[in-house]
Order: sequence, then structure tokens, then C-alpha cells
Amino acid sequence: MCWESKEKSQLLNLSKPHIVVQDLEMAYGDFVLQSNLNFTVNRGDIFIIMGGSGCGKSTLLRHLIGLKKPKQGKVFYDGISFWDSDLEVQESLLRSFGVLFQSGALWSSMTLAENVALPLTQYTQLSKSEIQEIVSFKLSLVGLSGFENFYPSEISGGMRKRAGLARAIALDPQILFFDEPSAGLDPISARRLDDLILEIRESMGATIIVVTHDLASIFTIGNNSIFLDLETKTVIARGDPKKLLAECTNPKVKAFLTRDKTIGEGYE
Amino acid sequence: MEYKPADFRINSLKPDLLLITVAGFWKMGQKTPSAEELIKQVEYRNLPKIISFATENLQSWDSSLLIFLIKILGWGQKKGIKIDKTGLPPGIQRLLKLSTAVREIPEVKKEINPDSFPSLVGAVIIDWVQNLPGFLAFIGEVFLGGLKIFIGKAGFQPSELLTLIQRCGISALPLVSLITLLVGLILAFVGAVQLRMFGAQIYVADLVGIGMVRVLGAVMTGIIMAGRIGASFAAELGTMQVNDEIDALKTFGISPLEFLVVPRMIALTLMMPLLCLYADVMGIMGGLIVGIGILDLEVIEYINETRMAVDLTDVWIGIFHGIVFGVLVALSGCLRGIQCGKSASAVGKDTTSAVVTSIVSITIATAIITFICDVLGI
Repeated sequence: MCWESKEKSQLLNLSKPHIVVQDLEMAYGDFVLQSNLNFTVNRGDIFIIMGGSGCGKSTLLRHLIGLKKPKQGKVFYDGISFWDSDLEVQESLLRSFGVLFQSGALWSSMTLAENVALPLTQYTQLSKSEIQEIVSFKLSLVGLSGFENFYPSEISGGMRKRAGLARAIALDPQILFFDEPSAGLDPISARRLDDLILEIRESMGATIIVVTHDLASIFTIGNNSIFLDLETKTVIARGDPKKLLAECTNPKVKAFLTRDKTIGEGYE
Repeated sequence: MEYKPADFRINSLKPDLLLITVAGFWKMGQKTPSAEELIKQVEYRNLPKIISFATENLQSWDSSLLIFLIKILGWGQKKGIKIDKTGLPPGIQRLLKLSTAVREIPEVKKEINPDSFPSLVGAVIIDWVQNLPGFLAFIGEVFLGGLKIFIGKAGFQPSELLTLIQRCGISALPLVSLITLLVGLILAFVGAVQLRMFGAQIYVADLVGIGMVRVLGAVMTGIIMAGRIGASFAAELGTMQVNDEIDALKTFGISPLEFLVVPRMIALTLMMPLLCLYADVMGIMGGLIVGIGILDLEVIEYINETRMAVDLTDVWIGIFHGIVFGVLVALSGCLRGIQCGKSASAVGKDTTSAVVTSIVSITIATAIITFICDVLGI
């Protein structure tokens, strides 16, 4: 989608929520992980999915990006129910997503340039030289100029994440999903990645969903959030993380956001 | 310090208060008293309301004492006995508190019960039946993905196909050469011993020629490719599964089957018949070496006999075997790789499974084709 038409369509839909999750239930076989999940994400939000380890944050992300079908409930993108749509609609929706996996998930048999180029060669009619230019541009955005011909195994974990981000933004997605972006990164690299996420939101206007339990990241980038609870198996708090920190009275949320284990004793 | 073995004593201080004194060296790997023994002794008396501990003579302790105490705590809780831990060393008190700080979530507890033989057989059959729709969907999607090539909508990169063709073809030649040359040699040796007794050693050329061209060349190549390429496909796709690389393809709306499986199927299906023809030639060469080296046959004589024995039908049957084996090996390798779980052990298990499935399916396919050829009289 070109920038002009993208902006027009965004203006038309600006008032509507970009993503709506309705009565979602996630389960592995008979074991229900989370149920009754209801939330909306507005266009341009940096929406944080937070909660303790094992509460189902990454699983929720897999439901949102079409990798796992919910046991029940719906996920709407601009009013279109993903799981009720036919394959073609699902594929076109997927093309409007960009996903950065926890490990980067770069295709190991390809160079960084080939990784970023693959979505472009699959879905655009651009010439080889045009694709090369875009690849160089995307890699430069994430600070990896000159690394075009490196294989994922030849670069560091932080660089792999940035390269994964370059691939995720290859098709100028409307929605970007991040799974634990700062996991395994040193504080400076994690901060740089946060700045990059903010920069991408500002420049591309994308809606961003981030699964994380890194407090520094949550407060730096998030403007909306939900808190998943392992015990009650649903959302127990929602809103701006900074407001939650100041106003939320739920002991579990308070304990999580302040790293204070004395609040809500017994919370895992 | 004098070494004293781990021990305990039970003293009734009051009718309701029991004092347990633990003493000596409590070390894992050394003989320590069991909690069951203590419980038995306590139950033999009237059950107290409170149990407390004394550790003045405790010389050293590790997890063995903690396990001992945890069992007593659990038993005491069941019997409604209050356990007073203040007499225990502070380190033990802290560790006991830590071990019970996070309560157990009963619904996530996984029971591992050893299954009986019938239930294991049942589980395998149920698993097989449950996997069948997925297997059929896999074949269907791969077939449709393959058909897309004819309408110019291939879901993979041509350069990837060329790389795979090289891997499945030229790169396999040294191993195919060695194995099939030796198989031809062995076949000729076995035949020579028998045929020489009747002065019919020239028929070694017929035996080797027909054997290699019709079946053995293809079977040996199929088995080599199962071990070499089938395993590599399964391990490669399995590792991609573990590293989320396949999920990454899906999130771009790219079908992993079209992008990864179809080119592998095409590459191996194209290369297998060619490798089979090459294997036939190498096998005949092996026979020739025995023929001229041991049976004193002339080169021309041997080649002429082979030409007379082997007709074009045999060659076509060999090529057909090759195509079928190529499909089977690629299918087994890719299916196991795509179905792989998300752990290192799953990759190993599925790679082994890919090779076993390939070899079993090659054997079954050979039997079926041989039977059909026999029925058709070819």
C-alpha cells in the first residue's frame, strides 16, 4: 500500500479501534490458559501485554498473529474478524503485520539482505535494484548498514533482533508485533531497541503490540496495556502503564510494576 | 571433630510435646535414617500435638536432612500436628520456608503413569488416526503448491531450487559411486561362486545388469538418499521450527509448504532418476571388475552380454523406482521436519523417524512395484 492511500485509509478509520479482541479463550488441549479476554487497541498505540512468567503473553501474541487458533472468541482487525475470514483475507491481513520474534527468527540459510528482501520479492513487483535499495534503507534504519551479506550466525543477538526488525518493517506494516524485544539484551541495547520502536511508531504511524515484562521498556514505550493474571486467568488491569503504576490498587499489578515482592505476598 | 553418623532420637517432653533430636553428619550419598522410620516410631506412641527439634549435636547437613524434614512436615500437616521449627538451624529454616513459599498449582501438575502394553498400542493407533488428516492435508497442499509452478506462481525462489538440486544431485555422487560400485561387486562375487560351478560365469553380467538396472540401483540410491538428504531435510526444517523461522514465514503469509517443501520435493524427484541411472552404470562397473578380474571375461564380452540381458523396459522400471523413491524420501524428510516439536530432542527424534519412514516406505514400494511388474509380465 502506498503512503498516500495508506494515510487516507487511516484517516477514515482513525476513530475506530485498530484491533478488537472479543471474549478470547486460549487453551492447550483441555488446559485453559486465559479466558474472557476483551480489549481494544487504538491506531498508533504502543500496547503492552504484560504479566508474570507463564501467564500466556506469548501465546496471546500467537493468537493475534494468526499462528494459533483461539478456543473461542474473535480477533478483529479494522472490523474484520481474522479467524472467521477466508484464507485470502487472512493472508492479506498477515501482509499488513510485521512480527519480531524473541530470537529474531531470521532465516538462517539467508544473508541479512536476503532475509529483508524475501517479503518484498514475494509480494511486490519491484525490480532487483529497487529491492536492494529498500533492503539497504531498512537495514540502515536499524543501524545495520554494511551487514547486508552477513549470515544470522555471524552477528550478535542484539544485531539479530535489529535485523529481525528490519525484516518486520520490510513491507511497511500497519501493525507491528514484538515478542519480548529486550530479552537477552544488555540495558543499553534494550534502550536502543526501545528508542527504535518509538521512532518507528512516530515515523510510520504503525500500531505496535509488545509482549514484555521488562519494566524499563514498559514505562519507556507503552501508552496502553493489559495485565494478564495466571491465577484468575484473565485481564486484571488495563490502561497506561504509568497510570497503572500511580493509581492501580490491585496488589499483583502493583507488585509487578514496582518489583516489590512484599505487596501481594504469595504472588508468583 | 569426631565423625558421627546421621541419627535421630525421640523424647516425649510432655504428653503433647515431642522433641526430635537430629545429630551427626547428614550428607547425601551416605547412610541417613529415613523419615518413614521416624514416623513409624512416633505413630507407635500417642500422637503429640506439637513436634519440636533440637540440633545441638548436628555436625553437618545438606539436602538429605531437608528431604527428611520435608517428609515429616508433610506428615505432620496431614495429621494436624503443629511443627515447631525454631530449634532447627536458621539455614534449614530459611530453605524450608523457600521450598513452601510458592504453592503448588494442582491443575498444572502432570502425572506420569507407566502405561500398560495395550494402552500404549492404543495410544499409537489413536495418534496415527489423529495425524492422518494432517498428513493428507500436507500431501494435498504440497501437490497444489507443485501445480502452481505450471501457472507461473511458484511459491519458492528459483535460486533455492538450484541449490537444492546441487545438494541432491552432484553432491551425492561420491557416496552413490562408492556404494553402488561395491554393491555391483558383491552381487557379481555372490553370483560368480554359484555360476562358475556350471561354467556359466558369463551370466554374471546378466545377473548384475538386470539386478542393478531394474531394482538394486534405485533401492541403494534411495537408501543412501534417505540417510543423506531425507535426514538433512528433517533436521533442517526441524531446526527452523525450533528457531521460529517457520512461524516467521507464516506471519508474512508465506506458506512454508510451498516455500520450503515443494522445492525440496522437486529437487529430489528430479535428481533421483538421474542418480539411479548413474548408480546402474556404477553397479555394472563393479560387476565388470569381478568379471574381468576373477572370471577371466573380456571387457567387450561382458558389455555385450549386459546389453543383451538388459532391455529398455528394465531401464524404465529402474527410473520409475527412482521417481517413487525420490517422492517418498523427500516427503518423509519434509513431513517429519515440518511436524517437528520445539526442542532439540524433537529434532533428533524426527530426523531418525524421517530416515526410518523413508527406508520402510522404500521397501514397501519396491515390493508393490515388483508385484505389479510381475502381474503385468514386464
